[in-house]
Amino acid sequence: MNDSVIKEPATPLSAEKSKAKTNVITEENNDAYTTVGQAFSEKAKMSMRDVDVFYGEKQAIYDVNLDIGTNEVVAMIGPSGCGKSTFLRCLNRMNDTIDTCKVTGKFLLEDQDINDKKMDVVPLRARVGMVFQKPNPFPKSIYDNVAYGARIHGLADRKSDLDDIVETSLQKAGLWNEVKDRLQQPGTSLSGGQQQRLCIARTIAVSPEVILMDEPCSALDPIATARIEELIDELSQNYTIAIVTHSMQQAARVSHRTAYFHLGKLIEVNETEKVFTNPDHDLTEAYITGRFG
Amino acid sequence: MTKPEMKTIDKVNRTLGKRHRAEKRFRLYGILSIGFGLLCVLFLFTNIIGKGLSGFTYHYLQIAVEMDAETLEISDTSDLNQILAGNYSGVVKRSTYEYFDVSSRRDKSQARKLLSVDGTGYLLQDRFKIDAEKIINTKTTVWALVDDKVDFYLKRLGEPGEQGKHEFSEKQLQWIHAAIESGDLQQRINWAFFNKGDSAHSEEAGIRGAVMGSFYLLLVTLALSFPIGIATAIYLEEYAPKNKWTDIIEVNINNLAAVPSIIFGLLGLAIFLAFFGFPRSTPLVGGFVLSLMTLPTIIISSRASIKAVPPSIREAAYGLGSSKMQVTLHHVLPLAMPGMLTGTIIGLAQALGESAPLLMIGMAAFIPEIPAGVNDPATALPMQIFQWFRNADAGFSEKASAAILVLLMFLIVMNTLAVWARRRLERRW
Repeated sequence: MNDSVIKEPATPLSAEKSKAKTNVITEENNDAYTTVGQAFSEKAKMSMRDVDVFYGEKQAIYDVNLDIGTNEVVAMIGPSGCGKSTFLRCLNRMNDTIDTCKVTGKFLLEDQDINDKKMDVVPLRARVGMVFQKPNPFPKSIYDNVAYGARIHGLADRKSDLDDIVETSLQKAGLWNEVKDRLQQPGTSLSGGQQQRLCIARTIAVSPEVILMDEPCSALDPIATARIEELIDELSQNYTIAIVTHSMQQAARVSHRTAYFHLGKLIEVNETEKVFTNPDHDLTEAYITGRFG
Repeated sequence: MTKPEMKTIDKVNRTLGKRHRAEKRFRLYGILSIGFGLLCVLFLFTNIIGKGLSGFTYHYLQIAVEMDAETLEISDTSDLNQILAGNYSGVVKRSTYEYFDVSSRRDKSQARKLLSVDGTGYLLQDRFKIDAEKIINTKTTVWALVDDKVDFYLKRLGEPGEQGKHEFSEKQLQWIHAAIESGDLQQRINWAFFNKGDSAHSEEAGIRGAVMGSFYLLLVTLALSFPIGIATAIYLEEYAPKNKWTDIIEVNINNLAAVPSIIFGLLGLAIFLAFFGFPRSTPLVGGFVLSLMTLPTIIISSRASIKAVPPSIREAAYGLGSSKMQVTLHHVLPLAMPGMLTGTIIGLAQALGESAPLLMIGMAAFIPEIPAGVNDPATALPMQIFQWFRNADAGFSEKASAAILVLLMFLIVMNTLAVWARRRLERRW
């Protein structure tokens, strides 16, 4: 294993340096990097261009360009600290809550730049929902958990409309049959896998266009994981999904395209099958064959 | 140098006894500290309860009083002025003479001195205020207050030294003991202690004025410090940018919590009384001053409980598109509320026991009237205790102990409330 490969960049990026294409990312070589493979999509739902992210002085993401197609599932993989979660959180401006975080570049959601400071994050997050790593239901009833988003956005005028939204969302999340008799029980009383599906139901109750998932199965057992993966597959018919995962098998199972991040750079994006069978880049191959990460 | 064949386990065993002894010693220190604390509390409580319980009772003499309108100088029972001006001591004195069956001037004077004529007169006046028509021109049995010297003597009857005995003549002592044997002189619960305001005579002095004063004081304090404290905590935690100014504010709030309370009294004197011209000695001003004291407590505990709300809940709410206010009101506040309430009640309990700042704004005055609102002159429980203890009259010191019991009871109730509120509102996540 080559030690220099996974070392953190010591100097910030200088924009003047040429965009040299190279197969080895080292300390001396922190230039902007051109992604290999198919980073762009013809029917893009979201288009990210020239994305740089800084935590204070430290740069976390270097010049990433990526499209996420409509009704496509894009998986983001890479070793810990590679910036994949940071990138995902930019897509609905969740990084706003971190004071030191600075995001530059264009984030187009159907021709609208969501990274514009004038952009209101409230409607944005209604269009781009998020499921988190750890199941985080509100300490309220199952019903209120799912109904919450619809309530704050005023999606239902009548109680019966709200009931419908709750039922369809729970059905889509595959949880309805398990909880329909105990909607008034606290959401926190469910098992871990059920809680995560509740969180997914809560997210789709707002009818977002894009769902971001940040390692949604990392706190779950294999059976619950399989259940969520099935669900992602079903959801991809109606939603555009970006999923960050540590499990390469999961990326291979659920996604259409896979993006490989390394030390803040987007190394390769390709059809999932190609990434896992015949990757274009040496680093991708090293990662998926388990040589590091 | 250890022998080469010595194994690790032997080395461990060598020091094991020493380690166990150190462990036991360490535990013993904790037990000793707790024991010492408990002993102090036990001593305090037995001492106060022992002294204070007798403050709730008093000795009364049962006499039959002829309520004739002529002596009372009341011609019209519906006229409140006449009832207030009635000559109650006249009828009380006459009945006293009848009870002890005395006729000479000397005996009358001695008999009269065994009773609190004025105190009994006020008791009668209170009854006339309620139903004058029914009792006028009847012969009514009344539990008359004895003189405080008699009460003092009787309460210490079993104790060595026979304190207070020298105050009485042979004849008076005879009368007292005869009345006790006949059952006419009894120790009864002193309801006046709970129903009356302060008085110059210990047998008439009650705690109602101080309790109501403290109540209004806490009401004003709560109404001011709870909303202001929580709004401050929410702003500082959720909205305020982290910069030099918020750092200064934070340091100042923490420092305020450590400022001696008498300084707050001076502040109240200078600002609320001298500058704004609020009425002196009132719960309104007292509440303002005590709010300044409780605010840091409430702010610090509220901020701590807001900080303790798990970030995952916040993220979930933001992720669904909640605005900052919705996150705060729907998620942060309900989860932080138990901690906020606990802090508030503890702050109020502190305020209830506070006396130094009240001294400065004139709440230490002698105020016999029971306050009817926040704008009436009033005193507070700790001030009342202080005043009674300072009084040379023996009757007052047991009142003071009784008042301490009342104050302690309020504090225990408030702390229990804090624990209950925390248990009740606490939710798991």
